[in-house]
Amino acid sequence: MTAESHFLAFDPAQDFKLLFLAFVLPLVGYVIQIAAGKRLPRQGDWLLTSGLFATASITVLMFAKSLWAAYHGLEFRHHSGDEAGLWFHWFYSSDELANGVANVSAAIFYDPLGAAMLMVVGVVSFCVHLFSIGYMHGTPRYHIFFANISLFTFAMLGLVLSDNLLFLFIFWELMGLMSYLLIGHFSHDPSSGYFHKWATKACKKAFLTTRVGDTCLLVGMVIFFWKFETFRFTELWRLSIEELARHQSLHPGEYPLWMTVGGLFIFGGTIGKSAQFPLHIWLPDAMAGPTPVSAMIHAATMVAAGVFLLGRCYPMFTPDVLNVIAAVGTITAIFAATIGTTAYDLKAVLAWSTISQLGFMVAAIGLGGVVAGLFHMVTHAFFKACLFLSAGSVIHGCHHEQDMRNMGGVRKHMPITFACMLASTIAIAGIPFFSGFYSKDMIILRAWENILGGRFTGASFFAAVGLPLAAACTAFYMFRMIFMTFSDSYRPGTVESPFAHHGGGHDDHGHADHGHADHGHADHGHADHGHADHGHSHAHAAPAHAHAASAHGHDAHGHDAHGHDAHGHDAHGHDAHGHDSHAEHATPHESPLPILVALCILAFLGVFGGHFWLADPLHSLKFWEHAHTWFETSVSFQSLYGAQIGDRLAAAVAVDEHAAHQAHTVALCVSLAVASLGILVAWLIYGRGWERSQRIAGRITHAIHAIYEVVKGKYFVDEALGTAIVVDMKRKDEPRYEPDASVIGASVHVANFLGWIDRHVVDATVNLVGRIGMSFGKGSATFDRVVIDGAVNGVGLFTQTFGSLVRLFQSGRVQQYATFAVFGGLALAVWLILL
Amino acid sequence: MGLGAYIAVSAALFALGIVAILVRRNVLYVLMGIEMILNAANINFVAFNRFNHAEGSQSNLDGRMFAIFVIILAAAEAAVALAIVLNVFHLFNSVKPAEADLLRE
Repeated sequence: MTAESHFLAFDPAQDFKLLFLAFVLPLVGYVIQIAAGKRLPRQGDWLLTSGLFATASITVLMFAKSLWAAYHGLEFRHHSGDEAGLWFHWFYSSDELANGVANVSAAIFYDPLGAAMLMVVGVVSFCVHLFSIGYMHGTPRYHIFFANISLFTFAMLGLVLSDNLLFLFIFWELMGLMSYLLIGHFSHDPSSGYFHKWATKACKKAFLTTRVGDTCLLVGMVIFFWKFETFRFTELWRLSIEELARHQSLHPGEYPLWMTVGGLFIFGGTIGKSAQFPLHIWLPDAMAGPTPVSAMIHAATMVAAGVFLLGRCYPMFTPDVLNVIAAVGTITAIFAATIGTTAYDLKAVLAWSTISQLGFMVAAIGLGGVVAGLFHMVTHAFFKACLFLSAGSVIHGCHHEQDMRNMGGVRKHMPITFACMLASTIAIAGIPFFSGFYSKDMIILRAWENILGGRFTGASFFAAVGLPLAAACTAFYMFRMIFMTFSDSYRPGTVESPFAHHGGGHDDHGHADHGHADHGHADHGHADHGHADHGHSHAHAAPAHAHAASAHGHDAHGHDAHGHDAHGHDAHGHDAHGHDSHAEHATPHESPLPILVALCILAFLGVFGGHFWLADPLHSLKFWEHAHTWFETSVSFQSLYGAQIGDRLAAAVAVDEHAAHQAHTVALCVSLAVASLGILVAWLIYGRGWERSQRIAGRITHAIHAIYEVVKGKYFVDEALGTAIVVDMKRKDEPRYEPDASVIGASVHVANFLGWIDRHVVDATVNLVGRIGMSFGKGSATFDRVVIDGAVNGVGLFTQTFGSLVRLFQSGRVQQYATFAVFGGLALAVWLILL
Repeated sequence: MGLGAYIAVSAALFALGIVAILVRRNVLYVLMGIEMILNAANINFVAFNRFNHAEGSQSNLDGRMFAIFVIILAAAEAAVALAIVLNVFHLFNSVKPAEADLLRE
């Protein structure tokens, strides 16, 4: 079997076209959906989902090709421009289209990292589309939602495939826009109550916060373009390595300052997009968007783009930049993990978990573990998407309740969702043989290798201690979530929560459910009204409606369940269920089929996504001797950046065998210890019944009251930055924004002060200079008038005077002329004779 | 009588001619002044021809020949000058040289 003829061998003539097809299908779908989506049957969801199925199939096929190449030890770095002449010339000024300085051309760059990431994006996007069919059914602007997630998928695919920094940035910005639109999906839907107000603010916050990072990325890009005059990754890598080597030979032990600055600016883009401290503030609020959006954009793909960027730009970072990256990543990992332990909102737990895991990836890349960080990005994408979708399924089943205190016992009602969520939780907690274990273990291993291998830096030490701590917190809060949500028995209405927007618990939104029912199901309006009226009058029968939490909650849920189950009834054809709900209308129900299919696919990948790749299964049955994860087999420094650059980069982080062996042992023990510790503590506190957990948790929070308040307040970063979102359902008009006592407030004061300086110092100086200039001009004008003009006029006057004098001699009279001649001759004669 | 007497007469005649040219108000007197200057030159030619040659050598006729040429030239000049005077009289209705000042232009 030759390498060329095999059907899994990469064929430049065909496969770039396939990749391009996978890339544009979502865009085509978007255009059709925007133009005609509302008039299509089922509002076009089948169209986009099947398009995405094609895209996902292509990406999986291509990914298989990359694995096949890795398995056979072939190089797998393909560039459509170099190999198949497929270029997109945007604008250019010279004939040498590919390499001219001012030429902007793009092509498809497909390497093992791109293959893995593209597969992740394709599969997760497909699952999310499938999930959305069930989850978003019957909501307003259904077709717009599908159009937007489809265009987002297009942008993400483009980002992964682009061969240069500029096009990566373009797609990066497009993703930012789609993120904004999708977080704000509910801001066009007044019937969504709490989410309506929250999403309106959250989408702006997300957009503006990431804008800070994006500006940094733009500056970083321009700095590198200014020096290297190219945007192509392969060129940037080569030139950066050469520049570093050149600088090292001139000044040993130092690195070019401009590269450090440029690298930090590029990392600024990651801080914004991947929600690293201190720009993480937008991600928890991005949960205001629909749950499929949270799963796809704010967990699996878009936020991972920042990590992908770091992977793409790794050779351009100086060691100083890498230390900063490692430190920021570790801070984020611990910081977000601790906050995750205090959150009650199901999606908020997952949001903080996402930030924390992104911190792991960023820290890994900062420590030189590019493969580990990117591997975690891939495994995390699967299990976190699965977690979010499961959470969405739970929320869907619990009638839009998100507060975990109002859940409990959901396992009995939603067994499939429970199984998927448990599998992904085990994966993220880091239990062996589940994908998260391999990647997280590799990251911790990287930190310990740095220390034991003699490359001891502050960032390494910080990461080696901090990351296991964060991993312990991760295991704890994930199992806390599982226990709170799924164990014991169902307890709706334990606390008041703003999420159940159909409940009508809030004063001025008491009738929102009517609007929603009418709006969503115009043709079933009659039935809905019947139920709603019933619940409504019931609710009003309780006078302490707004304050008596449990009674209110119960009423609200009863009420909600009517509206909701009627909705489920017509939406999914769950007849039996809809009727059951008359008897026990508050119980959760299992989600419809599309949701469960999507969950199962992702759960399968979440469990097996990190598994061993047998180096040579045919010839060696002792696979443990050659065992590597599939990602390590296909992605390495050499396969990412080419053999030459890769060898140099690998040598920079290599450690001797003894240290590596030691680090392996340490990392394995640490990983296992922290994971089991976290799970054990979670079981001790939350695993033994709801009542007991409340007692224990109450005692603990009382004992560490001050710390608990700070952590629960998210370390008050939002307050310090002045970006906290307060959703006040009682107010019709939004409160005026008062930024005092925060970074934004301080910025305003500083700006005012600088404005004063500008007016009174800078302007005064400018005016003074102006006045001096004016006086000098006046003096100069006088000089010009008197001296220069005087000289010119003087010459004229002299000539005139002399002329009129001389004119007297020219009388025209011959005798006078003769007289002059004679006396002249006489004078000459006298002069000659006498002298 | 030696050469000095001839030269003295010649110089006197030349001075009178100059004075006549410079001060007379009638153009005819000016012409006469010119004739006097030419004849002063003639006297010089003839006198130097008579006295100014080496002792014992044959005297040549160069000076006298020049004098004859000058007389011929003077006659021609007088004819041209009188024609000019006639034209000047036509133009200015006067023969006073002070009034003919067209040379100024």
